[in-house]
Formats: sequence, structure tokens, C-alpha cells
Amino acid sequence: MKYLLYPGCSMERFSRPYKDSLLAICQHIGLELEEVDDWNCCGATEYIAVSLLPAYSLIARNLALAQQQASSGPDYHRAGDGRNSRGGAYTLIAPCSACYLNLSKTDHYMGESPILNEKVNQALAAGGLHYTPGTVEIRHLLDIIVNEIGLEAVRKAVVRPLTGLRVAPYYGCMTPRPDYKKRWSNPEYPTELDRLLKALGAEVVDFPLKTHCCGGHMTQISPPVAYELIRRLVHAAAQYGADLLATICPMCQLNLDVYQGEMNRYFDTTYRMPILFFTQLMGVAYGLELKALGLGQELVDARPALAKIGVEMPAAEAAPARRPRKKEGLPMPRMPGEEEMSHD
Amino acid sequence: MTERNEQERIGVYVCHCGTNIAGTVDVEDVAQWAAGRLKHRGVVVARDYKFMCSSLGQEMIEKDIQELGLTRVVVAACSPHLHEQTFRTACQRAGLNPYLCELVSIREQCSWVHTDRLAATAKAKAIVSGGVERVLYHEPLEPLRVPIHPATLVVGGGIAGIQAALEIADSGFPVYLVEREPSIGGHMAQFDKTFPTLDCAACILTPKMVSVGSHPNITLLTWSEVTKVDGYVGNFTVTVRKKARYVNTELCTGCGVCQEKCPKKIVDEVFEAGLGYRKAIYTPFPQAVPKWPVIDRENCTYFQKGTCKACEKFCPTGAIDFNQEDEFITLEVGNIILATGYDLFDPRRIPQFGYGRLANVFTSLEFERMSNSAGPTGGRIVLRDGVTEPKSVGIIHCVGSRDRNYNNYCSNICCMQSLKFAHLVKERTGATVYNFYIDIRAGFKDYDEFYQRVLEEGILLIRGRVAEVTDAVRLAGEEGKLIIQVEDTLIGQQRRIPVDMVILSCGLEPRRDAKEVAKLFGISCSANGWFIERHPKLDPVATMTEGIFIAGACQGPKDIPASVAQGAAAAARVLGRIQQREIAMEPIRASINADKCSGCRICNNLCPFNAITFHEDRMVSEINPALCQGCGTCVAACPAGAIRGTAFSNEQVLAQIEGLLLLNVDGGRAETVVPEAVAT
Amino acid sequence: MTDRFEPLIIGFTCNWCSYRAADLAGTSRLKYPPNIRLIRLMCSGRLDPTFVLKALSSGADGVLITGCHPGECHYIEQNYKALRRYLLLRRTLAQMGIEPERVKLVWASAAEGARLAEEIIKMVEEIRALGPLNWPAADGGRGTGDGKYPASVIHPPSEEEVTA
Repeated sequence: MKYLLYPGCSMERFSRPYKDSLLAICQHIGLELEEVDDWNCCGATEYIAVSLLPAYSLIARNLALAQQQASSGPDYHRAGDGRNSRGGAYTLIAPCSACYLNLSKTDHYMGESPILNEKVNQALAAGGLHYTPGTVEIRHLLDIIVNEIGLEAVRKAVVRPLTGLRVAPYYGCMTPRPDYKKRWSNPEYPTELDRLLKALGAEVVDFPLKTHCCGGHMTQISPPVAYELIRRLVHAAAQYGADLLATICPMCQLNLDVYQGEMNRYFDTTYRMPILFFTQLMGVAYGLELKALGLGQELVDARPALAKIGVEMPAAEAAPARRPRKKEGLPMPRMPGEEEMSHD
Repeated sequence: MTERNEQERIGVYVCHCGTNIAGTVDVEDVAQWAAGRLKHRGVVVARDYKFMCSSLGQEMIEKDIQELGLTRVVVAACSPHLHEQTFRTACQRAGLNPYLCELVSIREQCSWVHTDRLAATAKAKAIVSGGVERVLYHEPLEPLRVPIHPATLVVGGGIAGIQAALEIADSGFPVYLVEREPSIGGHMAQFDKTFPTLDCAACILTPKMVSVGSHPNITLLTWSEVTKVDGYVGNFTVTVRKKARYVNTELCTGCGVCQEKCPKKIVDEVFEAGLGYRKAIYTPFPQAVPKWPVIDRENCTYFQKGTCKACEKFCPTGAIDFNQEDEFITLEVGNIILATGYDLFDPRRIPQFGYGRLANVFTSLEFERMSNSAGPTGGRIVLRDGVTEPKSVGIIHCVGSRDRNYNNYCSNICCMQSLKFAHLVKERTGATVYNFYIDIRAGFKDYDEFYQRVLEEGILLIRGRVAEVTDAVRLAGEEGKLIIQVEDTLIGQQRRIPVDMVILSCGLEPRRDAKEVAKLFGISCSANGWFIERHPKLDPVATMTEGIFIAGACQGPKDIPASVAQGAAAAARVLGRIQQREIAMEPIRASINADKCSGCRICNNLCPFNAITFHEDRMVSEINPALCQGCGTCVAACPAGAIRGTAFSNEQVLAQIEGLLLLNVDGGRAETVVPEAVAT
Repeated sequence: MTDRFEPLIIGFTCNWCSYRAADLAGTSRLKYPPNIRLIRLMCSGRLDPTFVLKALSSGADGVLITGCHPGECHYIEQNYKALRRYLLLRRTLAQMGIEPERVKLVWASAAEGARLAEEIIKMVEEIRALGPLNWPAADGGRGTGDGKYPASVIHPPSEEEVTA
């Protein structure tokens, strides 16, 4: 039984560790994933703020593609186990909270508003696509692992329990709310991640800010606001004696990890709270190779925290030598403020 | 079906009701029409009069019955809910069976809702015709007389139940008071002081409890539950399970040595609200009535492991009996009063308030126990460590009440309770007190004066719903405190208020098993789970089931004076019944013609009052007329037409339909279908 | 006076809720068209489908069934029985060729006088749009038979006098 996966742009780039660790743990818990063919960016939180119809159409394209792909074969997971031959909606996993919220919202609003449904489908028709709301069920990766795969399977694969590691579970604000389909145990105090971390053997900290906002894109729009929100989260984690924070959203990980330094500078503090993805912790518990899980790439080093439970991380490799720019042809004019960019 | 009864002599009376009816309906025309056009249906006289319900109007009917030998009466006036009884009684005075009189409404259903005179008059004619056709099929009925057993069952030994029991017992009639816990007293026994007088709850309650315990007319059955209720009003047979106390009540003197010596200490979740301890053998509180302790089997070392028996060893009278068993007794009673009380809203359902996670968040009942001088802290107000006095306390109103996510309703007592807490905290600790409220509800006698008084003591009131109670520090000065995040709506700002202790004024909810209890007694619960009264304004202590009454918080959240009043009210109703020795029940009920009954039993499961029994030997069903409430569902369902419903029989309704459609009057339809000229 | 079609609707109300709602509409002096005539039953559960068929075959163009809201029935759960019967009845009517929209079920609590009045106004217009039922076509809807139709479609035939 395959699950359709919508990775989202973040997982391809700056949250590559999330994707790497997810793919690494898949076989250990019996999760079979298939990426949606030719998926496009969901527009994150920006596009909806700019123009609604193109934004929803952009998102709906992914839903249409997913539905098309799933109906092409019999093996795709459907709501209600798909035992009924008429079947439920096809399941689409979105590991990124913003993608998850966007996809859910679009499906929900298209179902509620016939006008929106009509207009979006008009836009999709231009690309030869069509989406009927309700035919794809969007679920978060955490939801699938805890509620479909089950914590027993998660527990069974553990070879190196994270005993003694104090982890603060952090859900972020966009996944548990709004909960259209009532998937989460509580919109303010969900327990899914807590239970998963417990199944890995970690000591779960009763983190009160677990669904508080990390600031999202405020880091670009109004940094002081974002820094304050980041500070609150990191401070609370430290106050509660957490060794690290486990998160389920690439944006949250980015804000709390990459901007922790900025935040420290702004407030003149010295927090060093590592922020990891929960799939990375699962990989550690399963005894997988740490580099394969993307560990070592985070800005706030997770090594000291993991060393606490006896997990050795390989020494950081020297950064790969930058390949020089191709020197063929005539030199390009220099644009103001341009920096050397390394090519992959 | 539409047979003519030559013999019937019908009198039709059309009321003007001043201008209420006559202003829109041409009442003289209607009366004349009835006299002429319905003559062939049996109408011998048709009159109109200004106020039929007046004594002159009634006398008119009585005179006609006697002089013209009327056998049926149709009155076209206001709603039967108002004056059906009036006209029935008038007929009865004149010697005509009251159930041969029909009142049809041409006021609420006609003159008041239509504007066009022609249309309204035409409709009134149709309505009269409907009444005439129907009344032809009325039968003389006699109310069912049922004897009333003088004993009463009161379920629930809280203040409402105690009051009810005392009132009935003081009037000289026997009462059985059944209480689930080892002692009576209910929630009121847990409180410290009561608002607004700040009387000590135990001081005013215990004299009543003692009266109940020693009253010759009250049989007190504590540590007992009702398991079965059979019968009907005046004649209930109730099965009560007396749980084994494992203490021989004939020998026990209530000395308390067993409790002292018992080695097993457990958290008392019931009386101490989880804040204090009790032993495995215990009385819930020192002034318990009755004074005999009970053994909690699940926590007793002897029952769990077979060792100990300390209580038995030390009991000076040898009253411990580990071999005791539950006893089932049967009671015969005439009426039942349910006074089962409430349960507290569980604040763990609101994780934002931190109850259960954060040590110093307390519920209202926990705080009552804390401030009670006989409680686990001896009356000292302290934090969860049992030692430190708080310097600042936040009291949150409306926890789980007035909230669409939990309970929509207002729990009535929480505002006063919160003000009382504020007063107690201030008095005993001098701490800074904050009350977080939506509205202050202080409606009853002396309540607002109490509110003023507490205000003057210097408590701080903040109007706003609390968003969360947290210990996650954000600003300087918040370390080690509980921070209440709230929107202060009066100044329009968010505030973070650090306090040492938080008290949650949790809402009141129906008992967790209210639905089962309701089913057991044959009454129903409202959408919110409270027992349903017969009429919310005019009949709050009776239920739709004859003989079952409700009193106190089980009917809806209320304070002590209201509970006492309802307990007394229910008792008064019961006493009235007992005095009358018998009760006349409305003869609207169904009966099964055994000859026609095919034994299909479709009707058996349709009756919500379990009035239909099936006789296996004769393979027919039978309806108990005293249990039947006359809804008529079985009448409609019987495929053989074997069930007859008096007062609303098939013949009557079908005849009324024909009458309304003027089937038996030539050209009647055309006369009585007149469109309204004016748009409604 | 227009000579547009004036429907005749028979309404069944339950003594405890919807009849009181109708009374409340009256005491509140709300207005609705006179095309409806109400019959009081003790409970919506008393409603025999025969009554509906009788009404329709005797000249009514529509039937309105009202009762307490589910969960609030005075007799605890009998309105559910009424609901069951109503649903089956609608299907049966459709099979007989009668528009199921001619029979409508409305729950109204004793406090909903205004709502009941609105529902009545709506229904009158709906039935007006459907047109006369004319069942049977003969005799102005009397159904006592002129030979073309049995004396009564629903009741077992009985000795009936045709009244003058």
C-alpha cells in the first residue's frame, strides 16, 4: 500500500535533512511513499496573501495531479483502508506544515464554495486537469506515522532507545490548527508527537509552548517580532530542561535553528538549543547512519545533546571546495551586492 | 367511517372573545352557518356569545344541555390549552360527560393569524365543521383512579433530598432516603462557608442531617443504589441494592478506632476532591450520618491480599464482618423524588489552564476542602506543597461554562462562589486576589450586597476570558510563578499576571450517569443532560412521568436556597397526592382489543414507558392503563388496527379531517376556501 | 380576489410542542395564509400514515406534519417513530404518483412560533406552485365515489350514505 507524498520545496533544499531522514526510516516502519509526479510549489504563506484565485489554483494543481496519479493504480492508500471498492479519498502525505495547511485549506474551501470550485477548475482545465474536492485526503506525516502506521511499528524498529534524552516536542502552529477533519487530539495541546517520542524511548518534556508560533516569515518582514517569538520558545525549552527540540515543520526548524544566532545577538543571550526533525530522531533510534539522516548540517550543533546518550557523530567534514565559475566566454558585468554563489 | 349519528344532538357555541375573535371573524355568521349547514350532521343549536368562558357563557351551555338534551358540545373559542378544562367542567355540572365536549381554536389558529375577514370567517366555519365531525365520535370517558401508596422514595441525600425527606416525614408519612455514598450531606458537606451569609456549611447542614438520621419516619439507606423501578404512579416497586459495608451496623458504635488503626491510606477522590487522604475503612467526614464506616474493598489489604484485619482486631464491639454481602431490598412507594445533584466539570478538558500539569492550579472543590477547617490542611490556604502561603491568587470564573466548546450554559453559582473564595483568601492570607470574569452574576437575595462588600475588601476584578495559565517564563519577574495570560477587555490590552496560585471555578455538570438514572426511572434528560421538568417556568419540580419528581441541582445548576426550595416544593406535591389517597389520571390512553391482536409485538418496543406487556400464554399484547401516557404511537403502528386510543381515536381524527375539508357539506369546500385579499 | 389556485393544507400538530408553537404564533399576532387547517394530536408519533392519505384523498393539496425536535419529545422518543413513518410515506407517495413535496415534516418547539409561521407561509407557496392534487378528480375531492373510484381509497369499503 503506497502513500502519495507531496514533499514541498523546503524539503528539497534547506530542509533536505527532513527528506533524507524520512526516506531513510521508511522501510523500518513499513511506510511506502511515492512522490506526486511533477508537483509544484504550494505558494507557502506568501501567494495567498497576494492573490487568492491563482494561489488556490496553484495548490489545486497538486491535488489534481495526486488524484490522477492515485487513480491510475490500485495500490494507493485510501481513507477508510480502501477496503470498500468505491473507496474513500486518496491519502496525500504532506510533511511540511505550510504545504499541509495550504493543501487542506484548498480542498476544504473548494468543497465549501461552489464559486471557488468552479473558478479553480476553470484554471486547472487550461492545463487539462480537474479536481473534485474531497477526493484527496491530505494528512500530515506525523498523523500518518502515529495513526496509520501505529506506534507499535515505530517502537519495534528501535535498536538504540533514546533513554535519557530530554526532548521537547514542538508542533508549530499551522499543523494542529485549524483542524478541519479533527485529526489531532487537541488543537492547543496535541499529544501525537509526545507519544511518538516516548515510543522512541526519549524523555518527553511537557513543553507548554508546543503549539506556539515560531514567527514564520516574520524573520523577513519584521525580524524583532520573530526573534522575540523564537526567544520565547527556546527559553521555555531551556527552562524546562530540554536537551533538544523535535519539530515537524521545516519553517519552524529554520527559524529556531538558523535564526537562533540572530536571536542571541539581538537579545544578547547565549542559548544553544539544537533543533532537529522528529524523523531524524527516529533514524537515530533505529541505529541508522547519522550522515544519511542529515545530522551535522544544523547550525546549532546537535552533537553535544546526542553525545549525552552516547551517540557519536562523525567530525564535521571540511566544506567541499568551491568549484570555480566557468571561465568560458566573456565576463558578465558585476551586479551591485552580488556574492559568490557556489554551484551544486 | 363517516356515518351519521341521527341520535346525537350537538350544541355549537362560537365565542366573540370581545374583539379578539369577532374583530376578524364574523362570529354571528359562523354560528348561523353551523345552525343551518351542519343541521344534517346533528347540530340542533348554534349560538354566539361575547365571552364563552365567563360564567354567563358557561351557564348558557349548561342550560342548553339540560333544556335541549344536548349530547355533544362544540365550543369555538380560544386554545384548548387555556379553557378545555373550563368547558369540560361546565358540561360536567350540567350532567354531560366532560369528554363529550370539544374546544376548537378559532382565535390563536384563525382570528389572530389572518387579516382578511372573509377568509378568516370561511376558515372558522371549516374549523367548526371539523369539531362537529370529530365530536360525533367522542365517547364518555372516566378518569382512571389510582390509589396512592403513602410511602415516598427520595433518591439522593444532598441538601435538596434531605429537605424533601424531612418535609414529608414531619407531616407523618414514611420516607425512604437512598444515598449512594456512605453518608448523606452531598456536595454541601464539602463546602467551608456558604454565600452570602458566610455561614459555615457544616453548621447549618449537620442539624438537618441528624434530624434525618434520627427521624422515626425516615428509613435511611446509605451506601445504597436503586437498581430497578417497576410500577406506576401511586404504586412503584423499587429494588434497592444495599452495598455491603462489611460493618455490622447493629454493633458499631461509631467510635472510629478502626479508622485510626487501618494501615492503608489512600487519596480520597470523592469527599476530599483528591486533595486529602482517607483509610480503606472510613467515614467520609467526622459528622457523617450514619456514623458507621464502610470498607473500600478495592483498597483494603484484607480483600486484596488476605492479610491485615487490623480493624477487626481493634474493634471493641466486634462489628467488623468481612463476610457481609450486598443485600437487595424491595420497597413499595407511591411517589419518587430524585435529588441526585451534580458533578463538577473536569478542567483537564481545558489543557490551557494547566490543571493536572501545573501543581498550584486548583479546582473549586479542592479549594473548598482546603479552606474547610476540617479539611486536609486544617483550613490553611497553602500551595500544593502544603506549606507555603500564596502571596497572589488568581480566580478564574466560567471554567467550562458559557463556552461553546464545552458547556453553553451558565452554571449559576460560580460567580458568587468565586467572590466567596476571594473573600476567604483575602481574609486568611492577605494575598492579592484577582478575579477573571465575563459578567458578575449576583442575582439572588443579598448577593449583590455581598459582591459590593467583597469589592470593598480590595479584590481586583479583570473582565476577560483567560487564554492560558502557564509557567513558561517570558518576561522578568515571572520566574517561579504561574502566569495568567488574559485580555483585559475594559482597558483593551493583553495582560500577563503572575500569581502563586490559581483557582478554577469549574462549572456544574449533570452527574456522569444521569442518563442511566433517567432511563431507570422513566424520565428524560435535556440536551445538556439535566433532568427535564414538566414546564421550565410553571412546573419545575414535576416531570412528564406521573409520580416522579425532581429537586435540586439535578434539574439544573442552582444554589442552596433554590435547592432547598425545590426539595420542599417536591415534598409538597407529594404530600398533596398522599392526602388525596388516590389520583385521577387523564383518560387519554390506548387499549388493545385482544380479539384483533395478532401477537406481532410491533407495539411492544414502541412504548417509551414500557406500558405494553406481551402475554406469552395468550400470544397477545396488553397495555397497562396506568403506565400508558397516551402518546398514541402504538395506535398508529398496529397493523391490525387492534389498538384504540381514547380521545384521539382513528375515527375521531379521520372525521376531523373530513370536517375540515367540508366533505359532508354540499358545496362546502367552495364556501370555505377563500383566498386572503391582503398579502400576509 | 384573484382566481389563482388556493391550496388546502391539513396540518398535524403535537399537543406539547408544535401546537403550542402555533398558539404562540397566534398570541404573537404573526400572520400566515388561511390555507392551512390544523389538527391537534397528542404526539407526532400518533400520526398514522392513513391520516395523511385520508387528507390528500379528501381534497387536501398538501399535508404538514409537525412535532417536537428530536430529543425533546414529551413522550421521550416518539417523534423518531413519526420521522420513520414520514420517510417511508414519502417514498410510497412517490410510487403512487403523488409529488412527495406535498407532505412536509417540520420540527417546532413550543417557543418557535415565528418559525412555524414562516414554514407555513413557505409551504403554502410551494403547494400553490405544485398545483391542485385533484385526487380523485371527481366530486370536488370528496372521494365518496361516483363509480369511477372505490368509495374510499384507504378504508375497507363500508356502508356509506351519500349525504344530501
